[in-house]
Amino acid sequence: MTRFVPAAAMLAAALAAAPAVHAWEPTKSIEFIIPAGTGGGADQMARAIQGIVAKHGLMHQSLLPINKAGGAGAEGFLDVKSAKGDPHKIIITLSNLFTTPLATGVPFNWRDLTPVQMLALDNFVLWVNAKTPYKTPKDYVEAAKKAGPGKFKMGGTGAKQEDQIITAAIEQRTGAKFTYIPFKGGGAVATQLVGGHVDSTVNNPIEAVAQWRAGNLRPLCVFDLKRLPYKQKVTKDMAWGDIPVCKDAGLDVDYLMLRGIFMPPGVSQDQVQYYIDLFKKVMATPEWQKLMEDGAFNRTALVGKEYADWVAKEEARHVSLMKAAGFMAGGGK
Amino acid sequence: MAEIQSLMHGFGVALTLTNLLLMFTGVTLGVIIGVLPGLGGANGVAILLPLTFSMAQTPGGATSAIILLSCIYWGALFGGAITSILFNIPGEPWSVATTFDGFPLAQNGRAGAALTAAFTSSFFGAFVAVLVITFLSPVIAGFALEFGPPEFFSVYLLTFCAFIGTSKEPAFKTLAAMMLGFALAAVGTDPVTGTLRLTFGSTRLLTGFDFLVAVIGLFGIGEILLTLEEGLAFKGASAKLNLNVVLQTWKELPRYWMTSLRSAAVGCFMGIVPGGATPASFMSYGVARRFSPDGERFGTGKVEGVVAPETAAHAAGTSALLPMITLGVPGSPTAAVLLGGLMIWGLQPGPLLFVEQKDFVWGLIASMYLGNIAGLIVVLTCVPLFAAILRVPFSVIAPIIMVVCAIGAYTVHNAIFDVWMMVVFGILGYLFKKLQYPLAPLVLAIVLGDSAEASFRQAMLVSQGDMRIFFSNTLVGFLTTLALLLLLWPLLSWSLAKIRRTSA
Repeated sequence: MTRFVPAAAMLAAALAAAPAVHAWEPTKSIEFIIPAGTGGGADQMARAIQGIVAKHGLMHQSLLPINKAGGAGAEGFLDVKSAKGDPHKIIITLSNLFTTPLATGVPFNWRDLTPVQMLALDNFVLWVNAKTPYKTPKDYVEAAKKAGPGKFKMGGTGAKQEDQIITAAIEQRTGAKFTYIPFKGGGAVATQLVGGHVDSTVNNPIEAVAQWRAGNLRPLCVFDLKRLPYKQKVTKDMAWGDIPVCKDAGLDVDYLMLRGIFMPPGVSQDQVQYYIDLFKKVMATPEWQKLMEDGAFNRTALVGKEYADWVAKEEARHVSLMKAAGFMAGGGK
Repeated sequence: MAEIQSLMHGFGVALTLTNLLLMFTGVTLGVIIGVLPGLGGANGVAILLPLTFSMAQTPGGATSAIILLSCIYWGALFGGAITSILFNIPGEPWSVATTFDGFPLAQNGRAGAALTAAFTSSFFGAFVAVLVITFLSPVIAGFALEFGPPEFFSVYLLTFCAFIGTSKEPAFKTLAAMMLGFALAAVGTDPVTGTLRLTFGSTRLLTGFDFLVAVIGLFGIGEILLTLEEGLAFKGASAKLNLNVVLQTWKELPRYWMTSLRSAAVGCFMGIVPGGATPASFMSYGVARRFSPDGERFGTGKVEGVVAPETAAHAAGTSALLPMITLGVPGSPTAAVLLGGLMIWGLQPGPLLFVEQKDFVWGLIASMYLGNIAGLIVVLTCVPLFAAILRVPFSVIAPIIMVVCAIGAYTVHNAIFDVWMMVVFGILGYLFKKLQYPLAPLVLAIVLGDSAEASFRQAMLVSQGDMRIFFSNTLVGFLTTLALLLLLWPLLSWSLAKIRRTSA
């Protein structure tokens, strides 16, 4: 299979090849695979990175984001897995790195890829419609239990992915039973909650913030391990940091979603190091800081063995959560 | 009125020399993107998005950035019609319905008239939609909140029902084609359980059958195969090059005012809901065919059959920006990319955007008026040029079309497999035409099958399997009833006539 490379990029590569600062430098455009559709969280982050790299001239070559969303992202992961030794390809991941192979049985695992850098962790918040009386996660879970199994509806993005896994975790911890309804995108989920078509959501902060500020939604708790560090007021009287942590508020569930970078298998340490240095520069820009704050991200950023260990631990957790919820392909082997 | 004042302020923001230049650049780029099948408006906007990143950080820059990107979008909406009419290859999904009458018109030597009608109706549709956005945005933003899963399903049902029976082929052939389309749409990931289905263990089929690949093959390649068989002659070659074609067509257009208004209404509704431009164009074509006095002759090259889908597609494409701005829910793939753009620029789409970013919002609305005028000027001046393409000998143009189609199919997923799929669909399209099966229901089912299935199953989850949910409130009850009425219309009118005859 031949790869499409614009002629201009080839020319630029030839011109830029002279001075070598790093042990390895890209010699052509880099494909930045997004295993999700356009407009979603991973897509926004990838395109923001592309913008930052271009604006600050952090790279001689250009970064080309390509969406490969098919089969809950399997299309993108398989593409990277099969590009053994290709240093001109990186992929940004979300939780489908774990959930897609488990739920669909498509043959790939994060160990097939080379971990590069954790960029951040995305948060999840339990949201209800502001017109409902629930003020704490406890109130809400009690009401859901009282109404009976399946009466309360939880809206989320995708099937057997992060939103449904959090829902399953809540059910496993509390004994409440929700009807989970999968929608296409985070914005649609927030709108369904405002319109009263579902009872709650676990939207990412950035997906629901506009409706929160408009007074349509109420955050009950955040699924992080500690309060968010952002003190600036988002609504009239609340900042992200004012939302209680679910664990402290009587709902013993925590969940964070990986926003990290991987490369194909079989690349050299020099090549990995090049991208680690590149992302270090990206993460130092004011634009990146603003992106983190606007989206209320958890700013853990790991590299190397620590990163791989974190991913391995998360994988084990996803396996146990998904087994308990019965989400595994082929009856939970 | 407060809106007029805000709008005037918006024109003040949008009417700078830079912004005007950006508009014309954007529209021209958009037309090119719209013409090339596969390279859709969403791709075009996504490619240019990072360029706007530094642009948006200067004062007033966010407005310039959205003007550039939204004008690409307008341009793509205009441009999609060109190849549909000239070569029967829809450049964009919402132009499929334009081929039904547009291509026969071109074959009858009236390509110029078809293009003029398409562009003018596009402009009219967009204009109505912008008026609606300008004056009714708070009201309709609230209306979109009424739409839960059952409402969405009833809208899709309405689209299918409005379309059924509009083809000249027997009803069972239509049904068979539509069912095949649903089967193809089902390949890939199950939207509710998240598991893979109908992939037969092949990782190639993970992504399902992309609509664009199917359309490029069914229409583009299928058409070329047919033309080859018929002796390499381009029927449109007799097209006379007449610079007055625009004015002549304009004289004809006011006759279709009823179709225009109805299509604009359908389009605005579908954009706001948001159902999208593609179902809007199909629904509008179906409705126009049913209610036009000339409906029987639709599909043989009627200007009215171009007016209906184009007006609706553009009205929907434009009004789709409203739920994007006020709710953060994109009404089309392109709107989804624009939405990502807003966030990257540090703007927060949502109910407060109108309050907090007045300059931006009203600048954008003003640019919708100006951008569409710019678009109309660009495309209308090129009508004779586009029509002249048909004079190029087929033996020259066919290989070019093949190459453009192949590139388009490849671009969808960057996969060579899709190019082979395009060829398979091309042969299927050829067989369909030979056996006189209609292609349109097949395409409609591939486009909307997934969304219709997802909303049906969401609704079933909500109601725990109770079908009465589709009549559970006035809105959804009205939509479902309307859909069933449209479906059964031929039966109803037939029995009504019979009753009248017996009582007389």
